[in-house]
Amino acid sequence: MQTVFSIAVDALAYGMVLFVISIGLSVTMGLMRVVNLAHGAFAMIGGYIASYAARDLGLGYGFAVLLAVFGTIVIAVPIERLLYRRIYGAPELTQVLMTIGITFCIIGIANYAFGPTLKTVPLPLALQGSVDLGFRSIATHRIFAIACGLAVAAALWYLIEKTAFGVKLRAAVDNAAMAAALGVRTEIVYAVSFAVAVGLAALGGVVGAELLPVEPYYALRYMVTFLVVVSVGGAGSIPGALAACLVLGGIDTAGRYLVPEFGEFFFYLAVIAIVCVFPRGLAGRAGQ
Amino acid sequence: MTMATMNDALAGAHGKGHKLGRDLAGLAVILGLAVVGYLLFPNNLALLTRMTAIALLVLSLDLVTGYCGVATLGHAALFGTGAYASGIAAVHFGITDPLLMLACGILGGAVAGLVCGVVILRAHGLPQLVLTIALIHLFHEFANKASSWTGGSDGLAGIAPDPLLGHFEFDLWGRTAYVLGIILLAVVFALLRLVVRSPFGMLCRGVKEDPIRIRAMGASPKLALMKMYVISGAVAGAGGALNAISTQVVGLDSLSFTLSAESLVMLVLGGTGSLFGALTGTIVFMFFEDIVSAANPFHWLTMVGALLIAVVLFAPKGLYGTLAGLAARRREARR
Repeated sequence: MQTVFSIAVDALAYGMVLFVISIGLSVTMGLMRVVNLAHGAFAMIGGYIASYAARDLGLGYGFAVLLAVFGTIVIAVPIERLLYRRIYGAPELTQVLMTIGITFCIIGIANYAFGPTLKTVPLPLALQGSVDLGFRSIATHRIFAIACGLAVAAALWYLIEKTAFGVKLRAAVDNAAMAAALGVRTEIVYAVSFAVAVGLAALGGVVGAELLPVEPYYALRYMVTFLVVVSVGGAGSIPGALAACLVLGGIDTAGRYLVPEFGEFFFYLAVIAIVCVFPRGLAGRAGQ
Repeated sequence: MTMATMNDALAGAHGKGHKLGRDLAGLAVILGLAVVGYLLFPNNLALLTRMTAIALLVLSLDLVTGYCGVATLGHAALFGTGAYASGIAAVHFGITDPLLMLACGILGGAVAGLVCGVVILRAHGLPQLVLTIALIHLFHEFANKASSWTGGSDGLAGIAPDPLLGHFEFDLWGRTAYVLGIILLAVVFALLRLVVRSPFGMLCRGVKEDPIRIRAMGASPKLALMKMYVISGAVAGAGGALNAISTQVVGLDSLSFTLSAESLVMLVLGGTGSLFGALTGTIVFMFFEDIVSAANPFHWLTMVGALLIAVVLFAPKGLYGTLAGLAARRREARR
């Protein structure tokens, strides 16, 4: 019972961190049709900035998170304008090559600037320790991660379903050319959603630093996980991404707890099974 | 239209003799480069042999990616299975004749190609890419787990191949392994030129351009791709076996995602859909990696990344594809 409970909490926290990081990837992939392997690199940049701000500059945790999100956006937007813009609509292979190239560059630079060691983001006192639920106690940080995931999901749902920007975004996802013809400025929609996606990646990188430690090869190590989650969920779908994160996070965590010697065996077995049963992802639509 | 189809259309205009000329020229270039490499780097034959093995992997990747349009980030699964098949044959079954080990590797690679093909060809686009990633990780974990057969993370050591044909010992300098590798590469290259030009090869290219039309013609796209996957597995397995024979050890890195990604990078760097492109990409990438990582181990990843970005921006058809395109345009202009 104890094990089941701790697996459930850890799985939920891990799934939520995965969700926060990869939902941006899912939206940009559904919108711009770019296989962005550099998404994990942006999460890593967020982690580095937060670590630098909180540890070396001694700023507060909340301020470090904000700095990480906006700092990463400031770094990523010029990359989007200069490099990504040229591969929209290019064949998948070209996109893979370009974004792997960007990832390699960011890894190399991070390795040079911060060294190959692990970086921690010190937690504030309020998030350390654990909360007693009466019958069990849970690490506060796990609760914080789960809350962040739920907040991001709710905010995105509101943004996409209830606002004028969301209408334009959905129109552009469905048919970019037609949306542009109807007067939606797709360029701006692209840029804004890319910035939001990168910001969310940075947020996830900071919040998840306890579960996915920040180091130069972060970008390469978890890149595959994020891509897998998005593909299993179905690119462009929030409920799909949430379901995929919870299912895969659960399988991965349970596998690590119960049969640690098998590593990620069950995770990838589940991926193959899901993709074979749902070739378009859990929430994928026909014709995509 | 891919570079390869264009090349062949050009070659077709000159008739059969021209194609044969290109094949012979290609073989001559391979052998010439091999001799130059031998003379320039007599102390670094291990690198050249590894390059040959990787060239086989990239060629096999070109068969499915360049000719069939299946984007895969898990092709090292075939290479590594070949390497382990020949290594296990040598260590556990006492098959130490290099040619028999090579045959074991080819067989193992072909079986792995069949398994991967069955799984990978179920999906398309992004899910397909993800399936390939999942497969390479599964293979990796499996080899790691089955450590009584594969040696796990320590690697499979103790492979001691007999002298080649009973005469040529595998010496410390790696000369025999190098010559074996070059002959293997030349033979595979010649066979693959025949395969990709055969009606079957054209069918695969047709599947890449328009699978629906191919089905309407009465052919089965999936069957064609599956056959190509098995052929590709055999070629990759040969590369793996060569690596096992020459280094006498098989590590888990031969089944890694990194190797898969690197081989894809080499292929796209050289140019997909052309056997020459695959070879060019391998040679350029591995020399670049060797030189840069020796010159500055801290920055080599940044340099490789910058090289990739530059290729996408300035030579989107790959190095060979772009050069061939330039040459074709100059020929047109002169006419």
